[in-house]
Amino acid sequence: MHSAKNPRLPDPLKQPPVWAATCFTCTLLLMMGLFTASLKAQDKNPFSADPKAAKLGESQFRANCAFCHGLGARGGGRGPDLTRARKRRGNSDADLFRTINEGVPGTAMPQNGATQQGVGMTEEEIWQVISYIRSVERKADATAIGNAAHGKEIFNGTAGCSTCHMIQGKGGRIGPDLSATGATRSTDYIVESLRSPSRRLAQGISEAMKEFSQEYETVKVETADGQKFMGVVLNEDHFTFQMMDTREQIHLFEKDKLRSFEKSRESLMPVYDQKTLSDKDLQDVVAYLLAVGAQ
Amino acid sequence: MKSAFMKTGMRLALMAPLVLCGRLSNARAQVTPQRLLDSAKEPQNWLMYSGDYAGRRFSALDQINASNAAMLVPKWAYQTMAGGKFETTPLVVDGILYGTGQDNRAFALDARAGRPIWQYQRALAADIRPCCGRVNRGMAILGDKVFLGTLDAHVLALDAKTGSVVWDATAVDYRKGYSITLAPLVIKNLVLVGVSGGEYGIRGFIDAYHAATGERKWRFYTIPGPGEPGHDSWEGDSWKIGGAPAWITGTYDLATNTTFWTTGNPSPSNRGEGRSGDNLYSDSLLALDPDTGKLKWYFQFSKHDEHDYDATQVPVMVDQGDRHLILQANRNGFFYVIDRTNGKLEFANPFAKVTWSDSKDTSGVPIARKDASPTLEGNRVCPGAAGATNWMSPAYDPQTQLFYVTAREQCDVFSTAPQPYEAGHAYYGSAYFPNDDAVPFTGALRAIDPNTGKLKWEWRHPSPTWSGVLSTAGGLVFTGDAEGNFIALEAASGKALWHFQCGASVYSSPMSFAIDGKQYVAVAVGSTLFTFGLP
Ligand code: HEC
Ligand code: HEC
Repeated sequence: MHSAKNPRLPDPLKQPPVWAATCFTCTLLLMMGLFTASLKAQDKNPFSADPKAAKLGESQFRANCAFCHGLGARGGGRGPDLTRARKRRGNSDADLFRTINEGVPGTAMPQNGATQQGVGMTEEEIWQVISYIRSVERKADATAIGNAAHGKEIFNGTAGCSTCHMIQGKGGRIGPDLSATGATRSTDYIVESLRSPSRRLAQGISEAMKEFSQEYETVKVETADGQKFMGVVLNEDHFTFQMMDTREQIHLFEKDKLRSFEKSRESLMPVYDQKTLSDKDLQDVVAYLLAVGAQ
Repeated sequence: MKSAFMKTGMRLALMAPLVLCGRLSNARAQVTPQRLLDSAKEPQNWLMYSGDYAGRRFSALDQINASNAAMLVPKWAYQTMAGGKFETTPLVVDGILYGTGQDNRAFALDARAGRPIWQYQRALAADIRPCCGRVNRGMAILGDKVFLGTLDAHVLALDAKTGSVVWDATAVDYRKGYSITLAPLVIKNLVLVGVSGGEYGIRGFIDAYHAATGERKWRFYTIPGPGEPGHDSWEGDSWKIGGAPAWITGTYDLATNTTFWTTGNPSPSNRGEGRSGDNLYSDSLLALDPDTGKLKWYFQFSKHDEHDYDATQVPVMVDQGDRHLILQANRNGFFYVIDRTNGKLEFANPFAKVTWSDSKDTSGVPIARKDASPTLEGNRVCPGAAGATNWMSPAYDPQTQLFYVTAREQCDVFSTAPQPYEAGHAYYGSAYFPNDDAVPFTGALRAIDPNTGKLKWEWRHPSPTWSGVLSTAGGLVFTGDAEGNFIALEAASGKALWHFQCGASVYSSPMSFAIDGKQYVAVAVGSTLFTFGLP
């Protein structure tokens, strides 16, 4: 019954050098991702002409990806619109395979099989998902309807967006950096963020093993010595929280030492309705964000 | 050469009396079936996954208590250096701690110093694709062996002193989607395990292996085959791929010689089409004869489940006078009290937000609403797919007589994603999304009075957690949160007495042990096993 295929690692006490070597290999393997080791991307989708593959890919997509990218791949709160003709991380079949298999490090886009919740996909299944994405992709991105140059002026000028948001290293800090927003969020989502900011709050810090990201909740506090601050929550646990106030000062608090602590899901971002930002100007601002995201 | 040998020999000879003296105080007798039954007599040890056969996760140690918990400090830490969820509950036997880690690591440590005595890691095939992380929840021990299940669905016996593989039994072909993640349960001279794989269209089972040889004594299929009672609760051939895995450790009642196991979802988990019927014995509590694997009775929590409401929560045995009960806070949001002599429900009360059921049958069993089924466009149901609780252990404290459970308040939008069955491929038939409400999900540790099912107190977590609960005779309960805190609460009131920031979300159930008369509490977090004690 002892299986030769699965030898136990050498006893560390008896053979330290071998153990060390084996352990190093394990770590390497892990770093490369054991799942992915067997999946070598080929250049072309072997199922590209097969409509059945797109159908199978759709159910894979619903089960594994729709959670972030939305049911029709048109983007959700957590992941970008994948029906766009131009993909930020590369457009070829091989690029898509790589993105889906390896994820996008440093973002919420997970490595295949590494979600800690679901099941990983086989190479075949990844190609099916790619067939599905191709089947819903728009042939060409409608050239952004708005005027990006004018959008930039509004962003930095009359609308005051840049007082709270950074783009490419310039601007305020109280709202999320918007340099990648045009690429990682759907247009609908961006429009909603402006017209009704409190409907869905932007996500802030995500910790490696934590299921839910911190959101940009609004917070008001009064310290024991009577100082009052208002701002956004940077992070929070049961006992402490970390915030940035509207003057961009970071404060670190223990909750039980405060006189009062009040959180709200009313966004600190003003509502931009038709009066403060016409549909036309809104289109221009969105065009600007998309243009920045495409860079 | 010769002199070196002489020197060592001399030193050994000189040290022998000292060594013996040292050993006398904590003689390492082997773990016998009787010791497992009498685990209450040795509270310094933690001899099985849930601490005792009743599944109470209660430590009778009281040196750390409500009056001094605020002084707890870290004592040592052991790092696996592995990524992913670290779910183990270690065992401690006479000063040696036995734990498992991600990717089927196993280790034995000096429980006083945290220094490893041996380490093991299984060489896993590259094509294993276990659902939900490359996790393992711990080992079982008997005689000179420790036992663990593997991600490629083997059961291993390791030599407790060296970590050498003594036997390696293949439970089933992992390529069909099976894996083993639970800590085995030893009863008499048998090692009991159940399988994971409810996401693949497996046919679940519970196995018993001879501890000495690894030979399989019996197998109980959690889905009855043709001709067996319950088989007709499946449509057509759906029983062959109907899931019903058994992936949490069971409990054992000596008085009736019964072992209690719980089962998971029918497959595909979120699509009932094609498997009409109750789908026995998915989402059930099973009472088995441990010698033969014969079913004595069953109780099904969620009939024809379409929301992944696995019943894989440790079935906790509690006696109240002459009532012999099983308590279970189920993933479906109800707290069930069941007579464990016959499987009759005493009552079921929600302990978290529930929308899938709004009525009960004549015996008080909650039944699903017709309109709670997942749809193609999506249907919002509470609890969500991760459940009102999950595999993380609850605890029962015989002193406060309260049941402590981690509750998750999360609703999801359940949508179907019809998927053909293919061996070894994901087979959920579903997609689900966190609901799009403005309100964020939360969690809580809830203390429930098992007499009424009513909430006694709760400790709110900022977000849902996957930490289990330990209760101790020191009047404490320990739990962790997704924000990385490991917390001691007063068992009677839920008041926080102490916490420590471990640096990663907690995905494990804590335990306690003692060495040299000093009590420790241990919890696995991130890639680190932490132990805490008094200064
Ligand atoms: C937990 C959320 C999440 C899940 C689940 C997820 N993604 Fe993503 N995905 C993202 C995010 C966020 C990005 C943007 C990363 C970036 O480029 O900054 C992304 C990017 C991508 C991209 C690159 C888009 C581009 O413009 O280059 C592709 C392709 C993609 N995802 C496909 C998938 C597929 C296929 C699945 C399912 C197998 C999936 N994703 C699952 C969040 C997710
Ligand atoms: C007073 C500060 C402030 C101003 C002015 C402001 N924002 Fe915001 N913005 C925020 C804050 C805070 C958030 C995070 C909370 C939320 O999601 O509403 C946010 C969120 C957003 C988001 C969502 C980002 C995501 O990843 O979900 C977008 C897009 C956005 N703002 C765009 C704009 C644009 C465009 C303007 C100008 C028309 C603007 N904001 C003006 C503070 C501001």
